[in-house]
Amino acid sequence: MVEAAWLIPASPLIGFVLLLAFGRRMGEPTAGWLATLASAGSFVATVITFVGLLRLESADRFFIQTLFTWVQSGSFRVDAGLLVDPLSITMSLFITGVGTLIHLYSIGYMHGDDGFARFFTYLNLFIASMLLLVLGDNLLLTFLGWEGVGACSYLLISFWFTDPANATAGKKAFVTNRVGDFGFMLAAFVVFTQIGSIRYADIIASSSEMSATVATVAVLLFLLAATGKSAQLPLFVWLPDAMAGPTPVSALIHAATMVTSGVFLLTRLNPILAQAETWSVGVIAWVGALTALFAATAAVAQTDIKRVLAYSTVSQLGYLFLAVGVGGYVAAIFHMVTHAFFKALLFMGSGSVIHGMADEQDMRRMGGLYKFMPLTGFTFIIGWLAIAGVPPFSGFWSKDEILLYAWNADEIGGKGLWAIGLITAILTAFYMTRQVILTFFGRLRYADVTAADLRVAAEARSSAITAGVEEAEAAVASAVAAVEKASNDLVKKNEAVDKARTKHEEATTALAALNEGEDGYDKAVKGYDRAEKAKVKAQDALVVANHAVDDAKQAVTDAEAALAAAQATAAEQANVQLPLVPAAVTAVTTEIDAGELADYLPNSYRERAEYHPHESPWTMTTPLLILAGLAAVAGVLNLPFAHDLHFLGNWLSPSLFGNKAELTTSAGTKWVLAIVAIVVVAVAIMAAIRMYLRGQGDPERIEKPFLRDAWRIDSSYANFFGGPGRALFDLSSAFDRRVVDGAVRGIAAGIGSISRSLKVIQSGFVRSYALAISIGTVFVLVWFLGRLFA
Amino acid sequence: MELTETWFLVLSAALFCIGLVGLLIRSNPLVMFMCVELMLNAVNITFVTFSSVYGDLVGRTAVFFVLVVAAAEVVVGLSIVVALLRVRPTATADDFNVLKG
Repeated sequence: MVEAAWLIPASPLIGFVLLLAFGRRMGEPTAGWLATLASAGSFVATVITFVGLLRLESADRFFIQTLFTWVQSGSFRVDAGLLVDPLSITMSLFITGVGTLIHLYSIGYMHGDDGFARFFTYLNLFIASMLLLVLGDNLLLTFLGWEGVGACSYLLISFWFTDPANATAGKKAFVTNRVGDFGFMLAAFVVFTQIGSIRYADIIASSSEMSATVATVAVLLFLLAATGKSAQLPLFVWLPDAMAGPTPVSALIHAATMVTSGVFLLTRLNPILAQAETWSVGVIAWVGALTALFAATAAVAQTDIKRVLAYSTVSQLGYLFLAVGVGGYVAAIFHMVTHAFFKALLFMGSGSVIHGMADEQDMRRMGGLYKFMPLTGFTFIIGWLAIAGVPPFSGFWSKDEILLYAWNADEIGGKGLWAIGLITAILTAFYMTRQVILTFFGRLRYADVTAADLRVAAEARSSAITAGVEEAEAAVASAVAAVEKASNDLVKKNEAVDKARTKHEEATTALAALNEGEDGYDKAVKGYDRAEKAKVKAQDALVVANHAVDDAKQAVTDAEAALAAAQATAAEQANVQLPLVPAAVTAVTTEIDAGELADYLPNSYRERAEYHPHESPWTMTTPLLILAGLAAVAGVLNLPFAHDLHFLGNWLSPSLFGNKAELTTSAGTKWVLAIVAIVVVAVAIMAAIRMYLRGQGDPERIEKPFLRDAWRIDSSYANFFGGPGRALFDLSSAFDRRVVDGAVRGIAAGIGSISRSLKVIQSGFVRSYALAISIGTVFVLVWFLGRLFA
Repeated sequence: MELTETWFLVLSAALFCIGLVGLLIRSNPLVMFMCVELMLNAVNITFVTFSSVYGDLVGRTAVFFVLVVAAAEVVVGLSIVVALLRVRPTATADDFNVLKG
C-alpha cells in the first residue's frame, strides 16, 4: 500500500497538465471541480499510504520509492525518489487535506473571475510542488519543490497582475525568497562535500561523521533558507505584502503549507541539527522567539483583516522555529498541523467576510457581521479560540507544548524563550479578540462616513461655493453693464427731451406766427398738432427715461449688494472647509456628524448605507465547517496526560532518530505552566473585550503607527536598498561596465589596431609575397648552414 | 671529365635560381607559372641525384609525389590563370591585387 506514494504528487501534477491544456475551454466551474478532484485524489492516495505505513512495524516506517535516475555524473547521483516516512506523510496529509478544502472553497470565492481556470492551474501546480518538497528523498528534489512553490507563490500573489501593487508584491516575495534559496544551495553543497551524497537516507546514516563545525555551518545556512520560506526575521517582509493575492492563496500558501516548509526542512534534517554546536540550534530558537514576539506586536495595530492574520502567521511560524530550536520537533509538527487547521480556517473566514462585504478589507468598516454571516462568524470564533490558546481547543495543546519545551531548554536560555513565548501568547489572544470583535460584534460601521467620503463632499461643497461666487460676480458684471446701458439711455432720452422741447418752442413760435398770418393757418394748425404730439411724446419719453435711470441705479445697487454678499459667503465657506478635511482624516472610525457636508456626500456612501452583507455560498462555508471541527478537536492528536496519548509523538518518533529533546520538567511544574498560560490568555481576552467591545480605554494608545508599520523594518530595508544599497549596486554596475567590459573591449580594440597596422604588408602583389618567401628561405638556409658549420 | 653528381646538383641549383629569378621579375602570370614548374623540377633533379648517390629509392618516390602535386597544381592554377586572362587579356600579375588588405 505504501507503493501508492507516487500517486500523491502525480495526481495534482496530472490535474495541472490537464488544466494547462484544456482549462480555458473547461471554464467555470468545471476547471475548479477538476482541480479539486485532483487534489482530493492526492489526499486519498496519501491516506492509503498512511494506512500502509500504519500496518508496518514502527521501526520499518522508512520507505524509499525510486522512480527513475534523474542526474548521474561521476559519483554524484540523484534519483527521482520519494521518501515515505511518518514525517513526510504527516505533512502530505494536511497539505492535501487542507489543500482540497481550499480548492473547494476557491470555487465559490473565485466565482466570476476572468482567470478562474488559470487560478486552479496554479493551485494544482502548487500542491504538486509542495508534495514534491516534502516527499523528495534528496535535497535536490526538495529544492525543486522549494523553487516550485516559490514560483507558484509568485504567480498567485500577483494573480491580479493588472494592479501594479499586486505585481510588486509578487516580485517582492520572489526576490526575498531568493536570498533564502541561496542559503539552501550553499548548505546543500556543504552537505555534499562532507557526506558525498544529498540523499536523506545517506545524510541520516552518516551525519555522525560530520564535524560539529561543518554541521553548524550547514545548520546556519539551512536556517537562512528557512527564514526566507517561512517568513522569519529578517526575511519576513514579503508575507504581509503577499496578502495582495486572492484570499484562498493566503490560506493555502501563506498560512497552511508553503510557509511551513522551512520548519519541515529543519525537522527533516534533525540529525544534522543534533550534530551541530548547541548555540547554532539556539539561534534557531531565538530567531523564532523574537519573530513571534515582533510579529505579534505588529498584528495588534493592523486594520486590514488579512494583514492581522498575515502577521499572526509570521508570529505562529516563530513558535514553530522556537519549537525546532529547543528540540521539540513533535511540538513543532503538532503546532504546524493545528495551525494549518485554524489559520486556514481564519483566512478563509476572512475571505468569506471580504466576499460578503463587497471586497472591503478594512476592519474599521466592519462590525456586527455575526447576524449577517452566522456560519462564517461561528467558525471564525472557533478559529479564534483555537489560536488564542483557550482550552480545550487545539491551539492550546500545541502552543502549550512548545512553551513547555522552551521552559525545558536550559542550555540556550530556555526561561527567556518561555517568557517571550508567553508574552506572544498574551498578544495573540489580544489581537485575535480585537479582530473578532471589530469584525463580528459591535455596530456595523460599513456606512460610516469615511475620510474619502468627507473629502469628496468637501470638494463638492467648495466647488458649489465657487460656482455661487462666480454666479454673483457674473450678476454684478451684468448689473454694471445694465447701469451703463441705462445711463447711456438716460443721456439719449435727455437729448430727446431737449429736441422735443426745441420742437415745442418752434411749434409755439410757429403758432404765434400763424396767429399773425392767416395764410398759413391750416398749415399752422397741422404744425401745432404735430408739435403738440411731439411735446406729449417727448414728455412721455422724459418720464420713461427718468424711470429707466432710477431702475438702472437700483440695479447697480442690487448687483453690488449681491456681489458683497456672495463674496462674504465665499470667504466664509472657504475658511470653514479647510480645517474640516484633516479632522476627517484622523477620525475615520468614529461617527462623524457630516453636518453641512451631508448634502454633498458621494453616491457610493448612499450605496453603502443600503448594502446588506450576506453569507457566502455552500462551497465556501463547507470547508469552514470542516476546518472548524478539526481546529476544535485536533488537540487529541497529542494529549499530554499519558504516554499512550502522545499519538503524534509516537507516530513521528521513527523520523526523529532519538534527537527529540527529553522533558525533565516535573508534573507539578507542567500544571503550573499550563495554568499560568490559561490565566494570562483569559486576562488578554478580557482586556480586548473591555477595550473594543465596551469602549473603555483608548485603542490609540496600543495601536501605534510604529507597530502598524511593523517597526518600520520593511521601510528601512527599502530605504537602505534604495539609498546606500543603490549606490553599491551602481558601483558594481559601473565596475562591470568600466573594468570588466572595458578589459574585453580593450583587448578587442588592441587587436583591431594591431591588425590595421599589419594589413599594409598584405599588398596583394603575388610577386612581393614570393620575394618574401625567398628571403625567408635564404634566412632559414643560412641558419641551417650556420648550425652545420658552427 | 667524369659526370659526377656535383654537375647534377649544380644544374639543379642553376635551374632553381633561374626559376626563382623568373618568378620574381616577370609579370606575365603564365610565365611565372612556368618558372614555378622549373623550380619544382630543379628540386626533382636533386631528389633523383641523391637517390642515385645513396641508392635509396625514397628520393625517387618523392619525385612522383612532387609530379603528382605539380600536375594537380597546374590543373587548378592554370585554369584560374586562363580564366583571369580571358577576362583581362592584357593583365599582368600586379593587376590582380584584389586580396590587398
